[in-house]
Amino acid sequence: MTRRRRAERRRGLLLVAPALLALVALTVYPGIWVLWLSLQHRVPIFEVSRFAALDNYAFLAGDPRFWNAARTTGLFTVLSVALELVLGVGAALALHGQRRGRRLALALLLLAWAMPSVVAAKLFEWLYHPAAGLFNVLLAGRPLNWLGDPSLALPAVILADVWRTMPFVAILCYARLLSIPAELYEAAQVDGAGRLATLGRITLPLLGRILLLAALFRTLDALRAFDIMYVLTGGGPANTTETLTVYAYRSLFQMLQLGFGSAVSVVVFVLVMGVAWAYLRLLRGRTVAA
Amino acid sequence: MKPAARTVADLLVLAALAAYAVPFFWQLLTSFKPEAELLRVPPLLPSGLTLAHYRVVLELSLIPQALVNSLGVATLTTLLALALGLPAAYAIARLPVPGKGVLLLAIVASTAFPQIATVSPLYLLMRALALRDTWAGLVLVHASFALPLTIWLLAGFIREIPVEAEEAAAVDGAGTLATVRWVIVPLLAPGIASAALLTFLFSWNEFLFAYTFTASEASRTVPVALALFPGVYEVPWGDIAAASMLASLPPVLIVVGLQRFLVGGLLAGAVKD
Repeated sequence: MTRRRRAERRRGLLLVAPALLALVALTVYPGIWVLWLSLQHRVPIFEVSRFAALDNYAFLAGDPRFWNAARTTGLFTVLSVALELVLGVGAALALHGQRRGRRLALALLLLAWAMPSVVAAKLFEWLYHPAAGLFNVLLAGRPLNWLGDPSLALPAVILADVWRTMPFVAILCYARLLSIPAELYEAAQVDGAGRLATLGRITLPLLGRILLLAALFRTLDALRAFDIMYVLTGGGPANTTETLTVYAYRSLFQMLQLGFGSAVSVVVFVLVMGVAWAYLRLLRGRTVAA
Repeated sequence: MKPAARTVADLLVLAALAAYAVPFFWQLLTSFKPEAELLRVPPLLPSGLTLAHYRVVLELSLIPQALVNSLGVATLTTLLALALGLPAAYAIARLPVPGKGVLLLAIVASTAFPQIATVSPLYLLMRALALRDTWAGLVLVHASFALPLTIWLLAGFIREIPVEAEEAAAVDGAGTLATVRWVIVPLLAPGIASAALLTFLFSWNEFLFAYTFTASEASRTVPVALALFPGVYEVPWGDIAAASMLASLPPVLIVVGLQRFLVGGLLAGAVKD
């Protein structure tokens, strides 16, 4: 028996090894390397490469552009995730109530989610066009400079992101709704519960866990978001849509500050992992309570 | 609700969802609009439709080569991720792998990994290995990035296959590989399809790595080519619209056409437990 078990362990290890090797070489090792890079002054074009200890981080602490990017990241994340959750639940409830044409409804909803983020950025760039964009045509006569006005650019980016990712939340909630047994609703009806009471007492509590999970996925994605703002606004105007990820990217590959840019990347890394950890604790707490 | 009211409600929901999809349909319409009418709105509808933009994109731009690159990179990424992920998922679901707890934690943690965190070291790595601007470089980073999710999904699907099916095969004298090939893979086909589609979509849509590690039409994928779409004097909105439609054709076909597999995959990862 023990010999068989040992053989099984060896076989298990053998089967895991190739995947493990790939993950170590292309995720774990670069993950450690980036920490090392962030402790250096490294500007390849000037052949600068020396150890700088925590200089990059010390600079960040007093860097207004960094704090602006942190604020933008926070605003973008909170607002887009909140909108996605509210709209997603609404869309899921609407789909669930649908008797006929569900496949078509689902297809229309998923169309936005199918768009690659760069395509979504191009779609909205055209919708926001000052003269010929659909939004300004609908505003008839009071055109807005969506992507050029510093106070409008971030909302415009958020709208584009919400449009593309809300269906993901909707689909998760819709699937959860499908798994709620019909008897539960029949029982509520027998007890004389109205539609609102049913929604508040049965539907929403049962959606709780999946909503938390959807919020986790969406928050992590929003914190890491890059494509939509990089392509739509490039971080502008006046850096009003520059998130931490965009700031890190520009530092790395436009200003070619490999060490400093890596330090900003590490901040994003720590932020994302911290948020993921907090959510998972929350999720685990709910499981125990349930 | 009365049947008539029910029908009205159904139609209202469909209308609302059609309105939601307008950004896509507007771009679709733009891609067929004559050049002269692009900036002349209203009217919203053009006087006629033209294929001119598609002709420009297909004959004069780098988009066709980018489509080939994307198709190649995404297909190879999917195959590599499955080849690495399937055995690992089987071992995690069924065999006593040493340190399994830590391994699972690492896999979950790496699905949260931000790409920006590894883009600078990977750039140096690609340069050192002369993999910049090649399919191989992109396939390697895409596959390794998609791997945790692939393993996670497949392990979930494998756990659902009754152990008895495998035991029966073992009694018949089948080894591990034969069991995987003849018992697991057939029962797992829908799960493999979901994981494969999600990996393909990830690779097709991915921008940050593709933008950083490519430098020419030799390896530029569609999102990169679209983001860099050139305009000579003014922005060629019609051509960009046509290019966007070509870039989103495979994902739309996959997402809308194969709803079942895809939604199944998403749900397997999220809804259960």
